Amino acid sequence: MAKTLLDKVWEHHLVRTLPSGQDQLLIGLHLIHEVTSPQAFDMLRTMGLGVKFPERTFATVDHIVPTKDQQRPFQDELAEKMMAELEKNTDEFGITFFNLQSGRQGIVHIVGPEMGLTQPGMTIACGDSHTSTHGAFGSIAFGIGTSQIRDILASGTMAISKPKIRRIRIDGKLSPGVYAKDIILRIIRDLGVKGGLGYAYEYAGEAIEALSMEERMTICNMSIEGGARFGYVNPDSTTFEYIKGRPYAPKDFSEAVQRWQSYASDPDATYNDEYHIDGAGISPMVTWGINPGQALEVDRPLPDPGSMSRDEREVAVRAYDHMGFSPGEAIKGTPIDVAFLGSCTNGRISDLREAAAIVKGRKIASKVRGMVVPGSMNIARQAEAEGLDRIFTQAGFEWRGAGCSMCLAMNPDKLRGREISASSSNRNFIGRQGSPSGRTLLMSPAMVAAAALAGQVVDIREYL
Amino acid sequence: MKKITSITGKALPIQGNDIDTDRVIPARYMKSVTFSGLGAYAFYDERYEEGGKPKEHPMNSSRYKGASIMVVNKNFGCGSSREHAPQALRDFGISALIGESFAEIFAGNCTALGMPTVTVSEEAAGELQKRVSENPGEMIEIDLESMIIRTGDYQTEASMPETYRRAMLDGSWDSTSLLLQAKDEIEKVESSLHYSFQ
Repeated sequence: MAKTLLDKVWEHHLVRTLPSGQDQLLIGLHLIHEVTSPQAFDMLRTMGLGVKFPERTFATVDHIVPTKDQQRPFQDELAEKMMAELEKNTDEFGITFFNLQSGRQGIVHIVGPEMGLTQPGMTIACGDSHTSTHGAFGSIAFGIGTSQIRDILASGTMAISKPKIRRIRIDGKLSPGVYAKDIILRIIRDLGVKGGLGYAYEYAGEAIEALSMEERMTICNMSIEGGARFGYVNPDSTTFEYIKGRPYAPKDFSEAVQRWQSYASDPDATYNDEYHIDGAGISPMVTWGINPGQALEVDRPLPDPGSMSRDEREVAVRAYDHMGFSPGEAIKGTPIDVAFLGSCTNGRISDLREAAAIVKGRKIASKVRGMVVPGSMNIARQAEAEGLDRIFTQAGFEWRGAGCSMCLAMNPDKLRGREISASSSNRNFIGRQGSPSGRTLLMSPAMVAAAALAGQVVDIREYL
Repeated sequence: MKKITSITGKALPIQGNDIDTDRVIPARYMKSVTFSGLGAYAFYDERYEEGGKPKEHPMNSSRYKGASIMVVNKNFGCGSSREHAPQALRDFGISALIGESFAEIFAGNCTALGMPTVTVSEEAAGELQKRVSENPGEMIEIDLESMIIRTGDYQTEASMPETYRRAMLDGSWDSTSLLLQAKDEIEKVESSLHYSFQ
């Protein structure tokens, strides 16, 4: 019978079906970080258990790391305590830790792929909802909670039900000024923030196949914002080319490639649902509300809650109240206070290159606070070697160290008061960027860069 | 392993669709290496002004004091996978949630803590929220065996994924020891994997 990649990978990692009907699934790569793992290690100690597969477990530190002054001890005592706890846990249980001294530290979903840990056909779990990022390589990767981290540490497995599968095809060619971020914002806007509940999303079609690995990661990253815990792209030559030569790439590379190819969904595989978008019809997108589904084409007026379903209307009314916008207004021209470039969604080298190309030789608006936070130390070094850091600083941006930073503001990088941020991150939830009354507009890195120059939301197509 | 067959208690309503876990527990309160004491920060930015002054909110109201069931709407717990969210609700005193639908990772996290998340129709959620706000002292019973919710003279059918329901009834929501029982099978599958990171 024809199978999808999800079927094949699931089957290969299935330990048994539990009495409850859930599957006990082996997790081949377990990534951990400082926020959601310390409690799990405490639970292990209480139960007198060890780590079953330390060699399949890798750690980094990202959420709480200051991006300005990384001298230890950190100025924030709580952040220092979390860092010290991760050092203690990884040391005690023999887990590889990409710490600040390793030169390899960064956001967990950026570090995994760039180290070559993330490969096709794997099961990958991490206590972070954006773990779906790794699905870009044709792996089954998903976010978990701390009790599940405990279970994977203890047994190498967890209890989980296999999701249904929806294929999302993007055909045709993208127009200039349209990026991976616009594709995923369009998908979430169309299908809704709960449209993916119970589903894995398989992204396919000509426009997806034409994307680089970094762009595919941007799309898979935000699957969870559409309610889908899993999102993946079938592996192809673009995937294999990306992995080749990375530190943890398999030694028997050509053998591995053959195996990886066999994981791709069979051409005649069946799906529980399919959705299609014409790539040429996708426009630059920007969010206007308090969830990533509240997105619209940058040249369109803000939507009228009166024309929405009851469910959407309730959230839209709340969104207008928080954002201080009105239906019918243009989103283009909205003044911004902060421009944030970074995050596991759009903090990779290609994102920084795109943004740098736009700001090169220009200055950001004087009232705008601009910040560039590379996703990892590797990316920071690469960007510095290419001179991108100087392009950004000469334009008036701050060039920072690697971390999650203002995507979720667990470190000192925060919005103040009612500030509006043009952000390349993934969530525009109320309070997400550190100020309970702060406001976030999600968009592509190029759009963030252009908005920083203009001091307001712009249509990137006018800047190309 | 503790079997959970029913939950009875007073309830409090939290209205709105797509309530994300950043709202349930803002990220700045996750700067801790334990889960203890998180209840004080549950829905913090909706319960308190920026200066710390309490706002009008069901969780601040004496009417709902002692509530152990939360009645919510659609897609509750979306966004971040932080188990801090159900942990904060549990620390506040919540032991079960009734809603129209729940985000997947949130529901899984609740299950792992032995906190059932049961779903009801839009009408039933509205009716329960109305009854609870009119008469907060009234007890609600969630019967996981019959999947019926009863309060006063009202009752409604409820549902939840059968796997989660069985995990509550047989106590296997507390999963670690159950998973460890498959020691040999785990090792067999692990050694069959074509990848390692040496």
